[in-house]
Amino acid sequence: MIQHYFLIIISTVLVNNIVLVKILGLCPFMGVSKKLETSISMSAATAFVLTIGSMTSWAINHYLLEPNDLIYLRTLSFIVVIAGVVQFTEMLMEKNFPLLYQLLGIFLPLITTNCAVLGIPLLNAQSSHTLLESALFGFGGALGFSIVLILFASLRERLDGAEIPLPFKGTAIALVTASIMSLAFMGFAGLDR
Amino acid sequence: MLMQIKKIFKFNGGVHPDGNKAESTHLPIARLPIPKKLVLPLRQHVGNIAKLKVKIGDHVLKGQMIAEADGNISASIHAPTSGKIIKISEEVVPHPSGLPDFCLTLEPDFKDQWIEKKSIQWKKLDSATLIQTLTHSGIVGLGGAVFPTHMKLKINKTQSINTLVINAAECEPFITCDDMLIRERADEIIQGALITQSILNAKHCMIGIEDNKIEAFQSLTKAAKKTSIEIKVVPTIYPSGDAKRLIYLLMGIEVPKEKRSIDLGIQVFNVATVAAIYRYIELGEPSINRIVTVTGNVKTPQNYEVLFGTPLPELIKNADGKETKIDKFIMGGPMMGFDLPSINVPVTKAMNCVIGSSPELFLPPKPVMPCIRCARCADACPVYLQPQELYWFSKSSQLEKAIDYNLFDCIECGCCTYVCPSNIPLVQFYRYAKSEIIAEEKAKEAANTARERNEFRLSRIEREKKERAERNAQKALGAQEKQATDEKKLAISDAIKRVKKNQQENIKNKNE
Amino acid sequence: MITALLVMILLAILLGLVLGYSAIKFKVDGDPMVARIDAILPQTQCGQCGYPGCKPYATAIAKGEADINQCPPGGDAGAKALAELMGVEFKPLNEEHGIQKPKSVALIDESTCIGCTLCIQACPVDAILGAAKQMHTIISSECTGCELCLPPCPVDCITMEPILESSETWKWKYPIYNIEKIGKV
Repeated sequence: MIQHYFLIIISTVLVNNIVLVKILGLCPFMGVSKKLETSISMSAATAFVLTIGSMTSWAINHYLLEPNDLIYLRTLSFIVVIAGVVQFTEMLMEKNFPLLYQLLGIFLPLITTNCAVLGIPLLNAQSSHTLLESALFGFGGALGFSIVLILFASLRERLDGAEIPLPFKGTAIALVTASIMSLAFMGFAGLDR
Repeated sequence: MLMQIKKIFKFNGGVHPDGNKAESTHLPIARLPIPKKLVLPLRQHVGNIAKLKVKIGDHVLKGQMIAEADGNISASIHAPTSGKIIKISEEVVPHPSGLPDFCLTLEPDFKDQWIEKKSIQWKKLDSATLIQTLTHSGIVGLGGAVFPTHMKLKINKTQSINTLVINAAECEPFITCDDMLIRERADEIIQGALITQSILNAKHCMIGIEDNKIEAFQSLTKAAKKTSIEIKVVPTIYPSGDAKRLIYLLMGIEVPKEKRSIDLGIQVFNVATVAAIYRYIELGEPSINRIVTVTGNVKTPQNYEVLFGTPLPELIKNADGKETKIDKFIMGGPMMGFDLPSINVPVTKAMNCVIGSSPELFLPPKPVMPCIRCARCADACPVYLQPQELYWFSKSSQLEKAIDYNLFDCIECGCCTYVCPSNIPLVQFYRYAKSEIIAEEKAKEAANTARERNEFRLSRIEREKKERAERNAQKALGAQEKQATDEKKLAISDAIKRVKKNQQENIKNKNE
Repeated sequence: MITALLVMILLAILLGLVLGYSAIKFKVDGDPMVARIDAILPQTQCGQCGYPGCKPYATAIAKGEADINQCPPGGDAGAKALAELMGVEFKPLNEEHGIQKPKSVALIDESTCIGCTLCIQACPVDAILGAAKQMHTIISSECTGCELCLPPCPVDCITMEPILESSETWKWKYPIYNIEKIGKV
């Protein structure tokens, strides 16, 4: 059983990485990766929201939508729930961890618009995970997101000093870098044999 | 000598550039005739600019203080010869910026008349008094750092100096001024070291000298025979002359980041500095001259004893270029020195060496190629930094990152630039980043004061408004009270009148 | 259809209750953003942004009333730093509020000054020294170069002097060098 949960984590972090393999959550991946510090903060906030969000949306799906045959409302209700969770997290943090709140600044509310955060609950619902599985799936996805974001931010800090041909400067070279990273992560597909 | 090297602790990296020292050691130290005019910058040291003590037209004697140290971190300036002050103006000084700074111009009267020289009985005086007198000596670190010496002698009550290190390493190529000083005046150095040792109350005194200065080593050993001063030979490796590297070489002690050697009970002085201390204490001569190496592409490379303020052209008059012309002059050594902005600069306390440069002597810089991250610079770095990372962050102006990678521990020795196979001028990038960070910090500080002052002003205006309102209220209250008392008085006098009237009427009535 | 509506309404009410309750429970006074924005602003207190000082402008930015590109002394670099802090797109300096000038300090022509104290009242950082009918002078180390003392002066005796580079403020320049050309041996 433990092996099963372990597999969920490994597969979400490496093999089916949310950013580089599923190509979800690209906006924060490109937007918040300019500095290492902010990307670390963003990762932490996303991890928190994703884990809680997966669990609450599992509950909504399991207790509200499925019994009432309202599966078509999933996307809509999950958006509402995630927005609510983010708001709640923000208030909670502002009160209890003002330092962390200040550090994250604008990125906290921005998590709402992160498609990875919506994608994971939807994937959860599709593969009809249990509560624990959902939580692990959410956490694993967040972990994968964090690893990739932090790695990418470190790379981009380096890119600032590199002599790049003019047409490739800025977002272009960042996207090229991201795709090379994506290719590298493809290699993890060989893990499941 | 070889036996002694074995007791030495080798630091990381370092390089072995060509010494080029032999050229300027053939001839003894020469004295320059007094020039027609002397230009004395008021800032020849680290710290505050010295305060003027003379006016235009004043006649001064040799050794007379003409500008006084302003505050603790500052040094006095003395007249290098007797003469008249003819100008106080901004002149170009030997600084990489080429910007002018305040200078005094002295016209010598060629009498070279000394002010009354007073030797100090240092054995009878306590350290505090001696340090106090040394603040008027004008002595600064003559190795090139020009930090006021009296500040280096001051120690807290909690600190105690165990070892005094005299730096005779002189690791930069071309420079031989310390070498020649030791050869010719080893006694002065040993005497100066003893005085310094007693001021610091140091238990040991150690002289570190590179193994390429055999003659200097011999004269030092001879001079130090009857003393407890230990003379240690260190291998010739650049930058062994850096104070903290020398401490490591001699004692195997690494001075931690953000600590000074004094916290570990070690203080380092240059040989020329202790010789200057000797001359001030025993002979009463303040800091008015120094030994300068003139070398490079010149006819007779030699060391000269030069008065401060001597215009550089006077110094190199007899030393025109060889076959190729000199295209520029370098102050300091080729590793850490800089190109002089102009030849018309005066000799200052910091000027240990002047190299006449020519394309033949120093090849023009090779074209720069991209960094290939070979990390040869990291191998060469004597302070265990990651020059390739620092380069990367400085180049892209990621200054905070550069600080994180300990940019400010860089001693700008130039070993990384020397070994770089891509010919990248690494140290220039570090200097750029450092001065950028310092400027940013200054701006931040200024903004903070402005914010404080603005907030104070706003609160003051608020307070004044309140006070005014209070005053007005009080005035209004006073007026009301006055009115009230007036009414009362009126009522009383009315009553009195009424009573009187009544009484009179009563009397009238009675009478009737 | 009805169930769908009911479910969504239920969800909305539930979330509304939770958020409403936590808004009361986790109420925080003051906005920490203001201090952080204020730290980036150059503190010239010049009012070119349209607010009476740097702090009011910072408050306005934090509330979302003002844009990040209204501070001429901060220049594009300041706007960039603010954009990064606020997580918004960088905008170049809005020229309606003025252009970035080299940093300068005010200088009073002491022979023309009539001692009216009007400039003293205008100075936001108390950097002008003087009294009624006495000559005034500027403490140049405290002057922020805000130019607020220029308009009130009845005899126009104040000029702005740009700060020249001295050996104390001199900075090492960014190294410029040749990169090897391809094909050159």
